[in-house]
Amino acid sequence: MDFLRPTSWEEALAAKAERPEALPIQGGTDVMVELNFGVHRPAALLDLGPVRELATWEPLPDGSVRVGAGVPYARLIAELGDRMPGLAQAARTVGSPQIRNRGTVGGNLGAASPAGDAHPPLLAAGAAYEVESAAQGVRSIPATEFYLGVKRNALRPDELIRAFRLPPVAGPQYFSKIGTRNAMVIAVCSFSIALFPSERRVGTGLGSAAPTPLRAYAAEEFLADAADWDGDLDEAVAGRFGELVGAAASPIDDVRGTAEYRRHALGVMARRTLAWAWNDHRKGALECA
Amino acid sequence: MRVRFSVNDREQVADDVWEGESLLFVLRERLGLPGAKNACEQGECGSCTVYLDGVPVCACLVAAGQAQGREVRTVEGLASADGLAPVQQAFAECGAVQCGFCTPGLLVQADDLITRVPDPSDAEIREALAGNLCRCTGYEKILEAVRRAAELKAAGR
Repeated sequence: MDFLRPTSWEEALAAKAERPEALPIQGGTDVMVELNFGVHRPAALLDLGPVRELATWEPLPDGSVRVGAGVPYARLIAELGDRMPGLAQAARTVGSPQIRNRGTVGGNLGAASPAGDAHPPLLAAGAAYEVESAAQGVRSIPATEFYLGVKRNALRPDELIRAFRLPPVAGPQYFSKIGTRNAMVIAVCSFSIALFPSERRVGTGLGSAAPTPLRAYAAEEFLADAADWDGDLDEAVAGRFGELVGAAASPIDDVRGTAEYRRHALGVMARRTLAWAWNDHRKGALECA
Repeated sequence: MRVRFSVNDREQVADDVWEGESLLFVLRERLGLPGAKNACEQGECGSCTVYLDGVPVCACLVAAGQAQGREVRTVEGLASADGLAPVQQAFAECGAVQCGFCTPGLLVQADDLITRVPDPSDAEIREALAGNLCRCTGYEKILEAVRRAAELKAAGR
């Protein structure tokens, strides 16, 4: 095995172009587990730790935020909670403090596990992922087009994940996750919601609910149309939203839970997070008035 | 490959390191520092917690090569010439050690907590230690010890 240590983004891209089989490693919280257990023996590890550009974030002129793929969860929570509340809530549920000190959204995207905690809030908020190769340059992949299958993503062999971009927060965002305890838990299933009140639009993201993280489009469209955006949340509307979220899932039975349980739990989380979000939305609207 | 980094303020060099090896393996098997414990090898148990550039991490999930040129502090580096660190003193005083296997990881993680949060609430202690498993289930004594460690540190012991 080779250990490649590029010290700049350009060097990292050149190394990946030359050795497309090299496995990128950042925080190591996924990659090292596979190495320790002998699940994976990559021909080379490409250590992105020394690439400083990846560990920075910046607000963009249009109000969106561009976050380097190597910013650990602990920093997302501490520095970006107001700019991406849904993602920050999800980041708080990742592993333990030690894991959050090392683990990154870039790693979650590279691994593309359907259970990755970052995916649902990124989908709900309308994220795009910036990937780059030495030969083809930069391309932006909408979150909805990134996940192709269980642990498969749209990255080409010579590409690396540079950053993710999130639009400005337009309304309340929430994340919820089912697990057997409140820490160190891989999601049985998870759900994220984002409201965009001025556009009368809703975003959703489902985790551990299908071969890939996904949005529940029918649920989003139903809620956007059926909700009284200037009034209180109708219980029947919330209930139907939950049903549609559950229906969007195609979960499996596994050691963490049954498909039936997951579908049910997704509906419950959808209703609950919607209630929290709507509460904030109404409070915000009243405060403005 | 050769990996060179600082451990407990001393420059160390490890040779013939396999590229897929963990920092934990290098510390224990190549540098003779068995304080950090090897248990789950997947970041679940926290018994290998060490400081990497001042940030607590699971040493089993850091590739050895990623430690190149960086500063590691292990449980062996917590005490000073003046004696035990407040967390060590407190764990001993409170009987927070049963079999002792989880203790090194807890000490490093608790040391970080009381350094960042001088007077932590119980909720903050529980959150900070959520990734450190004790299978003797001695958590009450451990919580007591962390509260005591914060007092000792505040008193400038």
